[in-house]
Amino acid sequence: MTRSAISAHQLVKWFGEGDARTNAVKAASFEANFGEIFYLVGPSGSGKTTLLSMISGILKPESGNVTIDGTDIWALNKDELADFRLNRIGFVFQDYHLFPRLTTVENVAIPLILKQRDWDEAIYEALKYLEIVGLKDRAHLPPFKLSGGEQQRVAIARAIVSQPDILIFDEPTASLDGDTGKKIMSFIKDEILNENRCVLVVTHDSRIFEYADKIMKMEDGAVTAIENKSEVK
Amino acid sequence: MKGILKIAFKLLVNDKGKFAALLMGITFAVFLMVMMTSIFSGVLRSASSVVINIGAKIWVMDPAVTTVANSIPMPDFVQDAVRSIDGVKFAVPLYSGAATLRLSNGVYQSVSILGLDDTSLLGRPELLQGNITDIFAENGFLVVKDSEINKLNDPHIGTTFELNEHRGVIVGIAKVTANGLFGMPTLYTTYNRAIQYIPNARFTTSYVLVEPKSPEAVQHIKDEVKKMGFIAVTNEEFRENISTYYKYKTGLGTNILIMTLISFIVGLSISGQTFYTFILENLDKFGALKAIGAKSRELIIMIVFQAGFTALTGYGLGVGLCTLMIGLAKIRLPNYASVVTFGNLGIAFIMVLIIAIFSSLIGVRKVLKIEPFDVFRG
Repeated sequence: MTRSAISAHQLVKWFGEGDARTNAVKAASFEANFGEIFYLVGPSGSGKTTLLSMISGILKPESGNVTIDGTDIWALNKDELADFRLNRIGFVFQDYHLFPRLTTVENVAIPLILKQRDWDEAIYEALKYLEIVGLKDRAHLPPFKLSGGEQQRVAIARAIVSQPDILIFDEPTASLDGDTGKKIMSFIKDEILNENRCVLVVTHDSRIFEYADKIMKMEDGAVTAIENKSEVK
Repeated sequence: MKGILKIAFKLLVNDKGKFAALLMGITFAVFLMVMMTSIFSGVLRSASSVVINIGAKIWVMDPAVTTVANSIPMPDFVQDAVRSIDGVKFAVPLYSGAATLRLSNGVYQSVSILGLDDTSLLGRPELLQGNITDIFAENGFLVVKDSEINKLNDPHIGTTFELNEHRGVIVGIAKVTANGLFGMPTLYTTYNRAIQYIPNARFTTSYVLVEPKSPEAVQHIKDEVKKMGFIAVTNEEFRENISTYYKYKTGLGTNILIMTLISFIVGLSISGQTFYTFILENLDKFGALKAIGAKSRELIIMIVFQAGFTALTGYGLGVGLCTLMIGLAKIRLPNYASVVTFGNLGIAFIMVLIIAIFSSLIGVRKVLKIEPFDVFRG
């Protein structure tokens, strides 16, 4: 029995003014379910990052709506939306965006601290998630002393520490070599994904397509195809 | 909220280079601001030293007097007229002037001389050696033990000197609260001896010192003295008048103000620029925090905390450094005219707050502008 995690309907986004006005996303619609790894793929400038931003509640669409687990996120006010992201969505950014002046475990604890959890409690919880991603022994190092793959795992730990049901990965393998990229994706599939979680991945790395349950292809702002696992090559 | 502040604190202090640059900028600015204003306060205090040391509640003088040093002698009847005003408990004359002594080794030395009322000795200093009644002895003078005393060849009780062909004898060593501004030793004697030994014009009373019967009588005394063509001011008003004179009529105040403003601008520039760079370097991280779910007000609190913490730490270090420098200077130069007052500290604190607010504003403006979408876009 599939349960809808994300439902995007007729999302439209324009950028620029006058002659420079560009239709970045053209009436994009799709549905991703809990327990799925959903890929958004396409060449640079195809609109996948814009679409991802609208889905995750950080860029308001001109029209259309996004429903996450039954909540129309663009009907929420600014603070409610921030709280929604904090509680329901975990982000892994392309460049990880870890604070170099904080230790690894402090970086992981940030979402909990934003949720007003006690500092020691948040650090204790963050250590558990660092253990899950296999980096407990690096907990007190600054992120810049870790390899790219390790930083990626720290970013994953930060994304999952508040136990969100939607995980968003922006180009998760862009700065990793092929083997490390595959290890990360297999870790996400085996350890992070579960029936109450939906993983959304923006990528153009065809080497990791095998981990997808669904792939949505985009070109020039339009959705050109949505393929199920059986169709993925 | 404590957790967010802890993150802000760690982000700030763990960036050791920038934190040190920020602290140095603010510390240096505070040091200069407090130092400048303290020197000025010291000068003002020294300029009012006679007023402080004599301590009379009301001073009657010619309206043209701007500082203690340029007293204008008043006719003797003024003292009698003041004594007859309702509300005056007593009124006595004070002589204040300068003279040149000839020391026993033949060297001439300028001194400041205060002649106290012969009957009351109002305004007499505290004696370290000798007996106050010896001031009535023949040729008796008290010498103030301050940083200038050695200019009189290390005088002691019994030391003699010549003053306008009169013999003078040191009969006591005194101490006072405030040192003078002009680097001259200070002698005390009786009013009558002062006007007898030191050449004068027809009028001899520099000031009439008044003790009112009650605080309510002060205004009445002022009004009555004004009718006589003179002015009566309280101790605090006299010091304020001297301060106003040095601030606005000598150029000293303007120069100190300019130097203080320059220090402020230097501090503002260094800390503003460094804090701006600090924010710019972390801008993408703040964007990421926004994407994760941090609210704008939480980011503002973080930045204001960082700017405030740096400013207050720099303020403390600057004040500490200034106090240390003044303390060290006073060990070498006992008459070093520099006083840290609550007013100086308050001015520096306000300026540091402005620096903190300015730094916060540019940081907050930048952070509020960053959109989480920019983080995705790279």
